[in-house]
Amino acid sequence: MSEDVTLEILRYRPELDSQPHFQTYTIPYHDDWVVLDGLNYIKDHVDGTLSYRWSCHMAICGSCGMMINGEAKLACHAFLRDYRHGVIRIEPLDHFPIERDLVIVMDSFMEKLSSVKPYVITQENKAPSDGENLQTPLQLMAFKQYTLCINCLLCYAACPQCGLNEKFVGPAALALAHRYNLDSRDEGNEQRADVVASNEGIWECTFVGACSEVCPKHVDPAAAIQQTKISASLDWFKARLLPGARR
Amino acid sequence: MVRSNKPILWLPFAAGGLVAALIIPVLILITGILMPVGIVPLPYEKVAAFAHNPLGKLILFGVVAFPAWHAAHRLRMTAHDLGLGGGVAIKVICYGSAWVLIAATVAALIMV
Amino acid sequence: MSRRPYVRKVNRSWWLGQRRYVAYMIRELTSVFVGLYCGLLVLGLVRLAQGHAAWDGFLAALSSPVGVLFQVVCLAFAAYHSVTWFALTPKAMPLEVRGEPVPPGAIIGMHYGAWAVVSLIVLIAAGI
Repeated sequence: MSEDVTLEILRYRPELDSQPHFQTYTIPYHDDWVVLDGLNYIKDHVDGTLSYRWSCHMAICGSCGMMINGEAKLACHAFLRDYRHGVIRIEPLDHFPIERDLVIVMDSFMEKLSSVKPYVITQENKAPSDGENLQTPLQLMAFKQYTLCINCLLCYAACPQCGLNEKFVGPAALALAHRYNLDSRDEGNEQRADVVASNEGIWECTFVGACSEVCPKHVDPAAAIQQTKISASLDWFKARLLPGARR
Repeated sequence: MVRSNKPILWLPFAAGGLVAALIIPVLILITGILMPVGIVPLPYEKVAAFAHNPLGKLILFGVVAFPAWHAAHRLRMTAHDLGLGGGVAIKVICYGSAWVLIAATVAALIMV
Repeated sequence: MSRRPYVRKVNRSWWLGQRRYVAYMIRELTSVFVGLYCGLLVLGLVRLAQGHAAWDGFLAALSSPVGVLFQVVCLAFAAYHSVTWFALTPKAMPLEVRGEPVPPGAIIGMHYGAWAVVSLIVLIAAGI
């Protein structure tokens, strides 16, 4: 007995369509398939025009983020068996312009990410002959979870503030800023603050927490942002109450 | 982008959230249930004596002002979530109301 | 290459779309009732300053059916504020003791403990 499952996918081809519209596909159901397997089946056997990003098929590259029944998920991380009682609705990630079908324009994120300077910044440049930076396991633990971000953008799709304000720097970029601010090798907090502690940075966040709930790597960007709010607030008061205290 | 001055709004908001969380429920329990049924009478002499005491004034101020600020800031952010925010009007309504409550509190505590 | 990215509009009822967003809205709206109750407290302080008769009138209004109903509603929302606030605190303020992170449950538990202690102190001071 072979079962079928129905996928309703939002299509958009700019050269053909004036607006996105849903297209329905019925494909064979397999108990061990993920949604991505379904998309690959469609592309290989049913409709080669369907466009989507994917790569690793194991939730580490971050390419296949999409809205599955209204929830931001990685297509390789969503099993057909959890959705088969009903039609599976697949749309591109919320809060991003649609390039084509399930492919979104992520340029805004790339700009936001570079704006937070996601690299170790030191006051003095060390030469390799100066030796390596030493870091204890405890120091690594302080920021390790924030290093796990795969830039899949599910958090941006889930965050209502990203939907309400496209200038919001966003969960992933702010979590990555936090990752570097917490890194014992880094001295760049001050340089990041103009972006991180701006109105479009941490202050746009109202701690909805959806970002952390959808994150496939358990980075917890919501926690990163709240912790940054506290440190940024204390820095703000210190700078005004203790002249010369700004590092 | 420039560093925001939001901290001046946010730290009192955060403090107010904690104060509200720890104290407001028991206060409502007293004024809304225990006093009406007579378990905690709240006679004028006793409450006025507490409000005459400088420490009492400080406590009463803290218990009212910080949660009021918390509510004002949160209401402003929620108005934005509902598509009603962004302008000067909502800020005036929210923080203005908080300042009115704070001013009234100070005035009442002075006059008591 | 003819690119024509399509921008989807976010509608004002976005928060009705998922249970987690509705829960978030309710959580935020607890502040409305906290604020209203603060208004009530300020009114009480004003009545206190106006003297014995005014204070007694205030207590009578609080004890009216409408007064009690309003306060019971405020109590429900205020308690929900406390519960949600405590749940979020470990994320905003992770604690470390001697290099080991304090489990979030312990931080939340300490807040509930403080809640109980403060409530007890207030009840005793009020003369229960």
